[in-house]
Amino acid sequence: MSKRNLEILVGLFVVLGLAALVFVSLKAANLTSFSNGATYALTARFDNIGGLKARAPVRSAGVVVGRVTSISLDAKTFQGVVSLEVQRSYEFPKDTSAKILTAGLLGDQYIGLEPGGDEKNLVAGDVITQTQSAVVLENLISQFLFNKAADAGGTGGAGGAGGGEAAKKP
Amino acid sequence: MNWLALIGARALAMLGGWGRAAIFFVDLLAALPASLRRFSLVVVQIHAIGNRSLLIILASGMAVGFVLALQLYNTLITFGAAESLGLVVNLSLVRELGPVVTALLFAGRAGTSLTAEIGLMKAGEQIAALELMAIDPRQRVLAPRFLAGIISMPLLAILFSAIGILGAWLVAVGLIGIDAGNFWSIQQNAVDVWRDVGNGVVKSAVFGVICTAVALYQGYETEATPEGVAYATTRTVVISSLAVLGADFILTALMFSAPR
Repeated sequence: MSKRNLEILVGLFVVLGLAALVFVSLKAANLTSFSNGATYALTARFDNIGGLKARAPVRSAGVVVGRVTSISLDAKTFQGVVSLEVQRSYEFPKDTSAKILTAGLLGDQYIGLEPGGDEKNLVAGDVITQTQSAVVLENLISQFLFNKAADAGGTGGAGGAGGGEAAKKP
Repeated sequence: MNWLALIGARALAMLGGWGRAAIFFVDLLAALPASLRRFSLVVVQIHAIGNRSLLIILASGMAVGFVLALQLYNTLITFGAAESLGLVVNLSLVRELGPVVTALLFAGRAGTSLTAEIGLMKAGEQIAALELMAIDPRQRVLAPRFLAGIISMPLLAILFSAIGILGAWLVAVGLIGIDAGNFWSIQQNAVDVWRDVGNGVVKSAVFGVICTAVALYQGYETEATPEGVAYATTRTVVISSLAVLGADFILTALMFSAPR
């Protein structure tokens, strides 16, 4: 085989490999989403972040507008501090509230932004003050059981009192 | 006390083998810059190692993609998560199967041919002839092959992953009827370019170093007889496969064990 043909074949192999890398990066991974720097940083504090993870989406009205960049714990207030990056093309009012929500029943958690009515907008570095923590299933169940028990205790007490009245009647 | 001496001799022989391999590896690394200066030698070797492994890599990748898609669908559909099929196939290919299976195939396809080639060169005293002409065989013969292996392996591995994902797409979207939009968008949401794809490429480069170095060492150290060459090619496949699997465990533990 001539040297030229050989070089062309090797070049073809290398180009094919690089094309595969580009395909996997662009079509099958997340290189395209928010790789440009046109974002601004916000911070939100939550009492409980549940299962939120870095790189989780930030949505408003269900539309992805940004990503969670990092999560840390404030050592003084013991709150979870979540840093967000939001696309610069979307601006939110100052009194926007942030909630930690779950996609579907078993899905990943994400941050939902609900815009308020303030005329001023959030700017880079601002802190979202109105937040709602993640729903922790154990807390929900224990609250439910507690309420149920309280209800049962209430009716049981009434029944007992009723029994007492019934006993008095004859 | 005879058996004690025997154990001692075995241990010393083993240690000596490790030492020779380590010295050989360092020599190989030191010879790499010389092969960069004569890159046309490397191009010839990339053709021999990379281009000629292309067909088996692509065929295997396609088959693995098909089978993964068919098998995973049966399990995932019971959880109503059939749409995640693309994601599971993608992550398993890009992180693990792509680099590892490619390295195993590479050891069988290219590693053996390297060992046999170098071994026969040694048996035909061509290596000694080079040394006689004051040409360092490490720079002229071994380093271009080593570099070609390191370049070829990541390219082959990413091709394996890409064709596997395409194979899974063919089965999932064409045969099973999963929605194509969901198939891709779920992958794009969950697969990270640097963490998943990038680490996969790093892995395959490490495997390229391991497989090629083992093959060259076995060829270089081969006994200059037909049985010696046969024995060396066998050992190439066994040792590089085991080394790749061991290194994969360590690399996976380093790269993917920490939570996001």
